[in-house]
Amino acid sequence: MTSSTTAPAPPVSRIEPKSAGFLRDLTSVAYRALRAIPRDPAAVIPALIIPLFFFVVNIGALESVAEGIGVEDFRAFQLPVAIVFAVTGVSRASDLVTDISSGYFDRLLLTPMSRTALLLGLMVADLALVMALCVPVLILGFLVGVEFATGVLGALAFVLLGGLWGLAFTGFPYAIALRTGSPAAVNSSFLLFFPFAFLTTSFLPLEALTGWLAAIADYNPITYLLAALRSLLSEGWIWEDLWPGLLAILIVGALSFTLAFGALRGRVSRG
Amino acid sequence: MASSETAISAEGVERRFGDLAAVDGVSLEVKTGEIYGFLGPNGAGKSTLTRVLCTLLKPSAGHASVAGYDVETQPGEVRLRAGVALQEAALDDKQTGAEMLSLQGRFYGLSAKATKARVNQLVELVDIGDALDRRIGTYSGGMKRRLDLALALVHDPQVLFLDEPTTGLDPVSRANVWQEVRRLNDDLGMTVFLTTQYLEEADELADRVGIINQGQLVAEGTPTELKRLIGTDVVIVTVEGDPARTRDALEPLPMVERVEANGPSLTLSVSDGPSAISPIAVALAQVPEIDVIELSLRRPSLDDVFFSVTGERITDSSAFMASASASQNPQEQK
Repeated sequence: MTSSTTAPAPPVSRIEPKSAGFLRDLTSVAYRALRAIPRDPAAVIPALIIPLFFFVVNIGALESVAEGIGVEDFRAFQLPVAIVFAVTGVSRASDLVTDISSGYFDRLLLTPMSRTALLLGLMVADLALVMALCVPVLILGFLVGVEFATGVLGALAFVLLGGLWGLAFTGFPYAIALRTGSPAAVNSSFLLFFPFAFLTTSFLPLEALTGWLAAIADYNPITYLLAALRSLLSEGWIWEDLWPGLLAILIVGALSFTLAFGALRGRVSRG
Repeated sequence: MASSETAISAEGVERRFGDLAAVDGVSLEVKTGEIYGFLGPNGAGKSTLTRVLCTLLKPSAGHASVAGYDVETQPGEVRLRAGVALQEAALDDKQTGAEMLSLQGRFYGLSAKATKARVNQLVELVDIGDALDRRIGTYSGGMKRRLDLALALVHDPQVLFLDEPTTGLDPVSRANVWQEVRRLNDDLGMTVFLTTQYLEEADELADRVGIINQGQLVAEGTPTELKRLIGTDVVIVTVEGDPARTRDALEPLPMVERVEANGPSLTLSVSDGPSAISPIAVALAQVPEIDVIELSLRRPSLDDVFFSVTGERITDSSAFMASASASQNPQEQK
């Protein structure tokens, strides 16, 4: 063995590594992801500004038109749309692609950490972020006079539903990130947002839509999400409106999570 | 399970990517506490075998174990006992060095207190110092490499894999990495599996060296044993004039075992260097129309060993890559 010619080594004691457990892995991944958000504000600012911008512009442009066709409170009608704009497609998928290309993803795979926590931890961070993104939208809504028929609990349920929708949608960009490892492909996943967000009752109620748009809106899960959110604002606790919204979130979430965790399995399969 | 004396064991390990066998039936054994140098040019299969041994890739055939655990069926056990620094420093530029080390400690189940104590030890070990609380995006290449090494050591691994740890580093940083590797091995008895394309590095650090070429282990032994494989000293002759004529004059000499031509230079393998110099000088003096620019004697290097078993010079990787699919028959041999 080659002899050392260096100064004496610092005292290094033997330690016993072990698996940290799923929950600790999950919180470690989520905490790291959340910590990175304020360090890259440019990635979040659009998600903060776009919904506020559309909320103000849509009200300015369409309020009188909508009220002319029977929408009683167009500001309350538009607030859920702003929430959907705020939360849909917001994910840490770009950071995940950066980890893959930098090799840090491999470094994580070299640890005994849970592979599921690797992705689920990012999704937990996404949930916290999108719920935080709902807050300024909600504040703007209050400032322009929107009120909740369901009170404070309804407002909390409103944010929670928005957050869960955001979470359900994150599976798509993660699936693309894990399948391709390509930043360009992940950025393109934003295109998925458009049919979901615009081929629905974003601007007018379902009854006012006609032809192909009405047919597509019938199958668009966001139609049912918006109905649930609007119900919390204007109607009260109407379970006939809330359940379809929750079901829409569940169906989209099941599909996107299946794709995302399937892609994760492929990425970590060592094949 | 291999014995506790054995830190790494590979038996007929293959790793294929489609039709390409990146690792083609490698068998080797690394003893506990040993520094094993895995030497080969770019594309020889070093990194692929490392990724198989540290559980990032499954072997297509064969078996391998690290610290007594099978890499294919017990990857979790291997991960607890192996530390890995891959070829490119795998870091997150948005975090600070301290944050990355703490996070790494959490993934290995260390408590916050134990992680903090460990980070303090590692900061001294890899000399990161004040930069620890800066974001990694501001680090130099050498600092990133050192932090990457510290990350590989957070859980105090029994076996340390270093994949080309000094590629791209300046000489000072390279010397620092060598010093750290020796220190880990000397003070902790840590087994080190080190891939390199630098002959000097393998010669300097490794207790034993395996030479890989085109996915196959072509020679193995201590640096001294490997050099002894050639069984000769090396005489370098550089001439102005016709090297072919010079070669014709030198090849018949009884002490000359082999001649390799490389432009105006000839590399002669000779059984006893000091006593061969005189007859070679006399023979050169009789070759018409040449001027001798250089006549020197040196001990064989690992590069000579690599040449003797592959017919290629490891120091010319581009030439190696160009001829990777060509015959492995040694060229220009007597």
